[in-house]
Amino acid sequence: MASVTLRTIIETFDLEIITEYGSFDDVRISVADVTRPGLQLAGHFEHFGPDRIQVLGNMETAFLEKLEPADRVERIDALFSKGIPCLVLSRNHTATSEMIESSRRYRVPLLRTSDATSSFTSSLVKFLHVELAPRMSLHGVLIEVYGEGILILGESGVGKSETALEVVKRGHRLIADDLVEVRRVSDSTLLGRAPEIIRHLIEIRGIGILDVKELYGVSSVKMQENVDFVINLEIWDEKKTYERLGLNEETTEILGIHVPSITIPVRPGRNLAIIVEVAAINFRQKSMGYNAARALTDRVFGKNSH
Amino acid sequence: MVSKTVRFNCDEALHMKAVAVLIQKASTFRSDLWLSSGDRRANAKSLLGVMSLGIENDIELLVSADGVDEEEALDAIVSYLLHPEV
Repeated sequence: MASVTLRTIIETFDLEIITEYGSFDDVRISVADVTRPGLQLAGHFEHFGPDRIQVLGNMETAFLEKLEPADRVERIDALFSKGIPCLVLSRNHTATSEMIESSRRYRVPLLRTSDATSSFTSSLVKFLHVELAPRMSLHGVLIEVYGEGILILGESGVGKSETALEVVKRGHRLIADDLVEVRRVSDSTLLGRAPEIIRHLIEIRGIGILDVKELYGVSSVKMQENVDFVINLEIWDEKKTYERLGLNEETTEILGIHVPSITIPVRPGRNLAIIVEVAAINFRQKSMGYNAARALTDRVFGKNSH
Repeated sequence: MVSKTVRFNCDEALHMKAVAVLIQKASTFRSDLWLSSGDRRANAKSLLGVMSLGIENDIELLVSADGVDEEEALDAIVSYLLHPEV
């Protein structure tokens, strides 16, 4: 099961460490939800998810202040005793002596941020959703062309990397070559990245490994991009029929999401970079509601004609 | 589809070259060949893909082959991983 270490979260959100026990690498978060434990501080623990990060903001601290001292100690202690991964105070709220004591008793780290509660929790939930999303690695190339994330798939040696290089040379961006890590970050969104070890490297047969970022600069690469469109490259098969009009809606399924796709037959001498570029523009145009093939049909059958 | 688990063992300094030879060997077969380590799976014919697995000594790798010459391909890759020569 995917998980994120508390260290990664502390570093990403630049959290202040108030109390620390053992290594933050050993505390793993595997749920994307974050709790503001208002009801729990009022003593209600039904349906409580103790594996979630707990965030205390203005409302919770104000509530705690109103409690009798004895109740306050008891409620805070009850929350820490449930085995929560950590407690975060937002808006730089003061860590009270009761909190520090319970944090020590149950060895639960106490952290703090200067951010407002709702903006902190929403960025944290978004971050966790990306990190904990279902994922898979695909053999292909991910590039960004005119703002569209295009995943090129195809057998080894069909020319994926060469196409990517040429597309980059034409001013677009490389995200990953050879191995793309794809995550399903929502029910309609796939996010692609390169594994860190091979990030922004490209292999061209006959030359070897190239560092695209060093060769063409930072404007030629990108850390991550959505997978909006899939292009399947395959060796031209004389017996197969290929799409001629562009009326069929082909899709490729990745992690349960159907991504619009096309299949492009490859023949020596076919300029794939231009084809990929025009496929991206055409995809944009289609998503904005214009379909050239449909417009042609309308013309042929006399609609909108003058 | 056939598959087998092997433990990779190679002189430290030779890793990169051993991987390069492995890719060349894999590319001579028609079958699809995959190497998996943990939750990552890479095409054995792709250099960067295999590199991204972060192959270290004593790492356990699952080799799978699928295609017309799968048995032969699996044997070749497994025996190379057991005794890599550069």
